[in-house]
Amino acid sequence: MKWFDYAAPKTVAEATKLLSGGGSVHMLAGGTDLLVQLRVGRKLADLVLDIKKIPELNEIRIGDDGLTLGAAVPCYRIYGDTAVRRGYPALVEVASLIGGTQIQGRASIGGNLCNAAPSADSVPLLIAMGVTCVVAGPNGSRELNVEDFCVAPGKNALGAGELLVSLRFPAPKAHAAAHYLRFIPRNEMDIAVAGAGVAVEMSNGTIRSARVALASVAPTPLFVREAGDFLAGKAASDDNLRAAAELAKSAATPITDMRGPAEYRRHLCAILTRRALEAAVRHAKGGN
Amino acid sequence: MPAKIHVQTHINGEPAEFLCEPRQSLLECLRDIVGLTGTKEGCNDGNCGACTVMMDGRIVTSCLVLGAECEGSSITTIEGIAKGSAMHPLQQAFLENAALQCGVCTPGFIVAAKALLDQEPNPSEDRIRLWLANNLCRCTGYDKIIRAVEQAAEKMQEAKA
Amino acid sequence: MSTEFSVIGTRPIRHDGADKVTGRALYGADIQLAGLLHGVVVRSPHAHARILRIDTSKAAAHPAVKAVVTADDFPDTPDRIVDLGEGDTPLSYIRGNVLAKGKTLYRGHAVAAVAATSLHAAEEAAALIEVDYEVLPCTLTAPDAMKPGAPILHEDLRTSELGKTVEGASNVSQHFRHVLGDSEKGFAEADVIVEREFNTATVHQGYIEPHNATALWNNDGRVLVWCSTQGAFVVRDVTACVLDMPVSNVRVTPMEIGGGFGGKIPVYLEPVAALLSKKSGRPVKIVMTRADVFEGSGPTPGSFMRVKIGAKKDGQITAAQAYLAFEAGAYPGAMVGPAGMTVFAAYNIANVTIDGYDVVVNKPSTAAYRAPGAPNAAFATESVVDEVAEKLGIDPIDLRLKNAAKEGTRRADGPKFRKIGCVEVLEAMKNHPHYSAPLEGPNRGRGVAIGFWFNVGLQSSCTIAVTADGTVNLVEGSTDIGGTRTSIAMQAAEVLGIPVADVHPVVEDTDTAGYTAVTGGSRTTFATGMAAHDAAQAVVAKMKERAAKLWEVEASAVTVSRGVFSSNGHSMTFRELAGKLAETGGPVVASATVNPRGAGGSFAGAIVDVEVDPETGKTTILRFTSVQDAGRAIHPAYVEGQMQGGSVQGIGWALNEEYWMSPDGVMKNSSLLDYRMPTALDLPMIDTVIVEVPNPAHPFGVRGVGEANIVPPTPAIANAIHRAVGVRMQRLPMNPPAVMQAIWDQKG
Repeated sequence: MKWFDYAAPKTVAEATKLLSGGGSVHMLAGGTDLLVQLRVGRKLADLVLDIKKIPELNEIRIGDDGLTLGAAVPCYRIYGDTAVRRGYPALVEVASLIGGTQIQGRASIGGNLCNAAPSADSVPLLIAMGVTCVVAGPNGSRELNVEDFCVAPGKNALGAGELLVSLRFPAPKAHAAAHYLRFIPRNEMDIAVAGAGVAVEMSNGTIRSARVALASVAPTPLFVREAGDFLAGKAASDDNLRAAAELAKSAATPITDMRGPAEYRRHLCAILTRRALEAAVRHAKGGN
Repeated sequence: MPAKIHVQTHINGEPAEFLCEPRQSLLECLRDIVGLTGTKEGCNDGNCGACTVMMDGRIVTSCLVLGAECEGSSITTIEGIAKGSAMHPLQQAFLENAALQCGVCTPGFIVAAKALLDQEPNPSEDRIRLWLANNLCRCTGYDKIIRAVEQAAEKMQEAKA
Repeated sequence: MSTEFSVIGTRPIRHDGADKVTGRALYGADIQLAGLLHGVVVRSPHAHARILRIDTSKAAAHPAVKAVVTADDFPDTPDRIVDLGEGDTPLSYIRGNVLAKGKTLYRGHAVAAVAATSLHAAEEAAALIEVDYEVLPCTLTAPDAMKPGAPILHEDLRTSELGKTVEGASNVSQHFRHVLGDSEKGFAEADVIVEREFNTATVHQGYIEPHNATALWNNDGRVLVWCSTQGAFVVRDVTACVLDMPVSNVRVTPMEIGGGFGGKIPVYLEPVAALLSKKSGRPVKIVMTRADVFEGSGPTPGSFMRVKIGAKKDGQITAAQAYLAFEAGAYPGAMVGPAGMTVFAAYNIANVTIDGYDVVVNKPSTAAYRAPGAPNAAFATESVVDEVAEKLGIDPIDLRLKNAAKEGTRRADGPKFRKIGCVEVLEAMKNHPHYSAPLEGPNRGRGVAIGFWFNVGLQSSCTIAVTADGTVNLVEGSTDIGGTRTSIAMQAAEVLGIPVADVHPVVEDTDTAGYTAVTGGSRTTFATGMAAHDAAQAVVAKMKERAAKLWEVEASAVTVSRGVFSSNGHSMTFRELAGKLAETGGPVVASATVNPRGAGGSFAGAIVDVEVDPETGKTTILRFTSVQDAGRAIHPAYVEGQMQGGSVQGIGWALNEEYWMSPDGVMKNSSLLDYRMPTALDLPMIDTVIVEVPNPAHPFGVRGVGEANIVPPTPAIANAIHRAVGVRMQRLPMNPPAVMQAIWDQKG
């Protein structure tokens, strides 16, 4: 591993300045992806920027408009937060899914997103939940929808000098639920062969709206808008959920690699989407 | 060569400082600079848990932490688990239950299990298995490790009662 | 537990335990020496390539670099055949695997190394070494490598075809055949014949501690090595051979070892560290990365197998035939020999033909892995036996019992079994509550299988010195991977009649301990334990003489029972007598060496319940019982531990583990994340049943328990999957996509 310098700015302004300062700068939150990538040479850094000392990136704030989750908040703080547990159980579940106990002591949802891996467990859920990304840069801040954040394998939408500050989750609605389900060959410590994140809002026994997104079956986490649109206004029947799951399967364009053959992954998209929808509908109706 | 970084921490309850390169992991700092070689390297990418240490009350894989990040933090390693000459109940239970064979994963398991019992004194078997899923053991098939953690939990409960 | 013993069969805390739970135990990578340099090995990015040029000048110019080496730094001695305990091998193959010369034969093949003042500086320098390659086509599986026109790895390799050398370069180093009776006649007598083909992937032992070696080429010319190895004497002998020096010129200190399972018998880093030390004048440490371990150490072979078994309606097996083609990796020596020895070993079959092929391919040179070759072979045999039982409507354990090998049964490879516990293991399986417990619910199934490993003897040494306080020091040379200090010490304690805590066992370096072969082949508790037994007996004999001297009687008149020496109304404990050595002639020290024949083979069985998700193909292990004949369980807790560990490695092998290779020979999953060994959350508790059919060739009846337990899990799981969802899996791993595909294929 080649030499790099280390800096730990304390403000967003300081960070954006260092990010714009030239050379190859990589941000370090939990480090669980970055340090591995630096070690194997997949990324080269002149400067590693430890962004964990910036207050905005470490906050968990719940208001009427929803949850603001600092980009560097480690998973354990998410599932350790009573208010988050109450209002955002699907987020809590996904935070308990990433890596194992030790990884969750460091890894953050923001980092999972910025790493822009197609297999990122949290991202399909964020897409399903309609999360917005708050990005700061040399020219101030901007917001973008999370489904637009990952642009290619390992590449995100951050421009020069920009960093992800926080994620904004809409306030929870009554009769609504989100759920993420992945398939892994082991029971922990594994990368999704495929994953499905869904959110549904129910109204008098029918689905008012739904969103579906997939992991590991496209160059980026994949928002399958048509699957959710199909369900809007329909009964949460077995047939309808299966039909939506088939739409998800049709949208998937997986590759064959060491994590699974393409055809199998496409098949999993239907299975996981259906199962995740079933769970979300159940939760939205107040069940477990 | 650019400058090394001076890091001040507490290790196993004692103030400790070291000079490291920014690219050196906490694992390297502990083993090669501080001289605490009880923390082991198995994969250097966070997937085996052999390098598990406690950092500010949370277990982490020390291969995925930079030494430079540890400024002001408090680290506990396997060398800090026993209280003087008295072994921790987990260490005793690992011995009594033959919960180690080659022993190279053992420090990571003990540090991780201690963190669990510190916060959950009476975990179920499933809970122990989930908590320890980031720690690989290739010798034991985990059976005796799980039993040792269960036994240590019982003994620690009894000692409190 | 037998009451004839006071120490054997108990569960004492291991002698090295406190060090290993407190972090004090020193493993190979823990060594720190003054002036220590860090070495990094440069490895081939190609599976098969000609090395056109290696330019080390930029690396050598790096300010932190103290030495750079390539294969050109080996002594310029002509090639010769050497035997380092694993059969005759050309020296050029041994050296060639340590540092490639001329060609690289697998991705990860070492080509050069640098030593620098820090690890990261050495990494920087390694990246500066320029190697020009001419990439050659590669061949990755035995069937492909055997085809005419396949890329040839070694131009000088000739096939030994049933003992005769065949002209022309080939990737097949050997074809052997074992014949018993007349298979054709046997199959003609059969009412049912099942023939199936099987493929198994390359898998790794997966020890948690990466290979490491530290060497100091001392100014007196001696080479000192500290490393993680299953056999310090093997490291000594190979290092000396590669460096062309007398074995006495090398001293190897075995550090604590973080797992081996057969994979830490070969030598990779030690000669390289030694050469770097020679050039730099400083000690050099090299530690493999995890990717290096997967790509540059020795996994165990992938295989292609065809097994055919015929049986009569009553279940009697009349004939069996096996075709075994194993991937040796880059150099000859696939574990196909042991596969041929074990493939039908559990059965008494009159007519058997076994063909084995040892085939080189462009993958890492393979190494032993726990009963090497036997799990592959058993996957095939035990799956076919299960299908035969199903076709005949006979309980699978009953069918096995009907055909089980017994004392006097001849194996097709020659040996006739002495006393063995095959029947006893099968009966223990049949009688276990697990086998009769109801298994309810959809997509669930129960499978059984058995397996055999012959175990080995080999040379061992042991020295025991009596201390004045009544304890003894025990010096041995078997590296302790799973509690063998204690299982050896227990055998000495039993003979001496003292508590095992009063025996202080130490594993010593090659200058100190007598020659001792590897910790492998399930031999350590058997053979080194036997040496300890014999040394302890010699101590007792000497102590009797001292008692006789004190009591002024003939030594033959002194009796000893459980550590109490008596004669003529006199009586003294071992401890009391130990306090009187100085006045009765001085210290008592005794050594013993063994090279025993009569290692008792061990049978093991597995009963497993699985549940298969028919929508994803994922198999969950619900319950697992491992049964094994230990001969005698010296320390039952560590016997159980071997059984549980072997079972879980078998579960990993069955369900997920494999070298996932790209067509150009790159292992794409060379991390512990994507290699997917089982975690604690993937498993239930592993029940164990220790069967004890004592081995008559060992004083306490020990057979050795390290290996046979890994043999039955893969077929037991395959058989369970069949009962759960109706598909017969004929490949390993039986991972979710493979099971899903089989379910799809079955539905059409």
